[in-house]
Amino acid sequence: MSYPEQHPYPLARGAAAFDPATIAEIQRAATEGIYAIRGGGAKRRVPNFDDLLFTGASMTRYPLEGYREACDTSVVLGAGRCERPVTLDIPITIAGMSFGALSANAKEALGRGASMVGTSTTTGDGGMTDEERGASEKLVYQLLPSRYGMNPTDLRRADAIEIVVGQGAKPGGGGMLLGQKMNERVAAMRDLPPGVDQRSASRHPDWTGPDDLAIKIVELREITDYQVPIYVKVGASRPYYDTALAVKAGADVVVIDGMQGGTAATQDVFIEHVGIPTLAAIPPAVEALCDLGVHRDVRLIVSGGIRSGADVAKALALGADAVSIGVAALIALGDNSPSLADEYAKLGTVPGAYDAWHAGQDPAGISTQDPALASRLDPELGARRLANYLRVLALETQIIARGCGKSHVHHLEPEDLVALTVESAAMARVPLAGTSWIPGLAPSQPEPAPAPPLTAPTTTGALA
Amino acid sequence: MTLVHTTPLQQPATPVGTGDGTAFDLTMTTVRELNRALRAATSGSFTVRNPAGRHNLAVGLDAPLEVTIDGHAGYYCAGMNQLATVTVTGNTAVGVAENMMSGRVEILGAAGQAAAATAHGGLLVVRGNAAARCGISLKGADIVVEGNVGHATGFLSQKGRILVCGDAGEVLGDSLYETRIYVRGSVASLGADCIEKPVRAEHLAEIQELLDAAGTEGVSAGEFRRYGSARALYHFTADRIEAK
Repeated sequence: MSYPEQHPYPLARGAAAFDPATIAEIQRAATEGIYAIRGGGAKRRVPNFDDLLFTGASMTRYPLEGYREACDTSVVLGAGRCERPVTLDIPITIAGMSFGALSANAKEALGRGASMVGTSTTTGDGGMTDEERGASEKLVYQLLPSRYGMNPTDLRRADAIEIVVGQGAKPGGGGMLLGQKMNERVAAMRDLPPGVDQRSASRHPDWTGPDDLAIKIVELREITDYQVPIYVKVGASRPYYDTALAVKAGADVVVIDGMQGGTAATQDVFIEHVGIPTLAAIPPAVEALCDLGVHRDVRLIVSGGIRSGADVAKALALGADAVSIGVAALIALGDNSPSLADEYAKLGTVPGAYDAWHAGQDPAGISTQDPALASRLDPELGARRLANYLRVLALETQIIARGCGKSHVHHLEPEDLVALTVESAAMARVPLAGTSWIPGLAPSQPEPAPAPPLTAPTTTGALA
Repeated sequence: MTLVHTTPLQQPATPVGTGDGTAFDLTMTTVRELNRALRAATSGSFTVRNPAGRHNLAVGLDAPLEVTIDGHAGYYCAGMNQLATVTVTGNTAVGVAENMMSGRVEILGAAGQAAAATAHGGLLVVRGNAAARCGISLKGADIVVEGNVGHATGFLSQKGRILVCGDAGEVLGDSLYETRIYVRGSVASLGADCIEKPVRAEHLAEIQELLDAAGTEGVSAGEFRRYGSARALYHFTADRIEAK
């Protein structure tokens, strides 16, 4: 935010370091005496997928027919590593969001929408509801530090288990659910008194570090009889070593969540200042998988700021196997819709800036436990909207992949990419557009990291 | 008692369903085979010999079995237990009876860190000492420790009861919610928001109930002191200028 160019008092110059938003936050803090809490992910601009471009086909590259030739989008998670691997028809999943943070209708809409296009959805920091299980063809059950709602019965009816070490919005931070959303049902599922400002644990109660985690993963496999894949989700902070240690601990899938990844409620200072951008996290994570010889075996899911098929394709080209979306899925359901401008105005905000997901007054009926507000979201309509959006993401990913000559979206590779800025070139480890320069690579290593092996599954995805 | 599994098995060959007297020798049977056999059983008693500190013994049980582990167990012994009664004659490592839902787990020796972490129901009895963070994030289970407990016992605990016949380490009950903690000996220090509370008649009855359930003798309910939440951390508190 900046002062208007046509300032009525030209000599009254504001300091760049103390722009109107900064001043407003200082004065809010002085008034309220508590740090700012909000939902969503980092709002600051960081190097991201918009800073990359695909080169497409040319004299030396042969495209596929954009609308006709097969371009597979499917991905299998845990193949050869458990009895019931998870097959996703599209490489786009729905990230963990709790019942509690979201209304029951919103959770149902996510499950039904994801199921319509053959992909998975994920529970959250609050346990699994029957409605969610029933609505979700493929449901990932999270094991979080708080263990709210964790029980072996739900563990055994999950299609996959995701051990959450951290999330991109707050690596090192625990969950939060303020009292206005802690109604009787939510509180009962979490074994907490109704109405408390729940601040959940930031570290697991019964394991510390990868050596313990390896034993914990075996325990979960024993309890579920080695049936389902086990994911380990980390916030993007030290992606090379976090990925390597997750693999060492026995993960079937590593999920890396960049700092743009959303949260239902966390301190703004945490969201904006802890963790690294999604773009910067992918190459080190892929490098770790390649170094260990498990790339495309242990799967990599990337999340944090995915909005379009271009973002999906770029994440896959950098070596991810799939992506996960949270904020974008809520927007698809109707969050921050311009049609709600009048209601946002009553809350002191505008469409596009509403982030008080912690407050339980969501006019879109998504991040609320108020029955009247929640009833505004029709789960069936929401599911169709989400399914449409997911289809578009997949189609966009395919159209780019075909233009790069790929018959499977996993055949996209770093060689297909160039960067628009020096920063993004260094983070993504692809050349600055029009040059062969990859900042940060030693002169003796002028080429980018080896491309991922072309070992994508041969099954045909639903949208092929 | 019959000893089965004289050679490594591909499939559990244990006669399941009754299982009375069945013994598993972990020098000849894998943990995976043991757990599969136990989970296939619907009742009966089983003995596990030569556990030698192996991890994940008798995890995920979901039937009223009687399982005796004759020796020391590693991490997560009896993890997520439902309905079963598991007795360990030796010591256990980290996370015994973690996330237990129901049933009873008894350790004749000492328990490592995070005993009964996040347990929702059932009873954990530790005849010896329990290490740090016993009952961390407890969600409704009962814990009776006849010896001492380490630091941060009852950390973030939400529901349930913890009874300590010996002494408690530092920051007892840090940031706890509605768990009730009873300690007979000394308390090195109390954690954030944990305070001592008066012992009333209903608490004496509760202490006696826990002692009886654990089969603990030689101590009197009147010797315990009660600790619980001051409930001062239940809501963010701030000096809101406009609210005044």
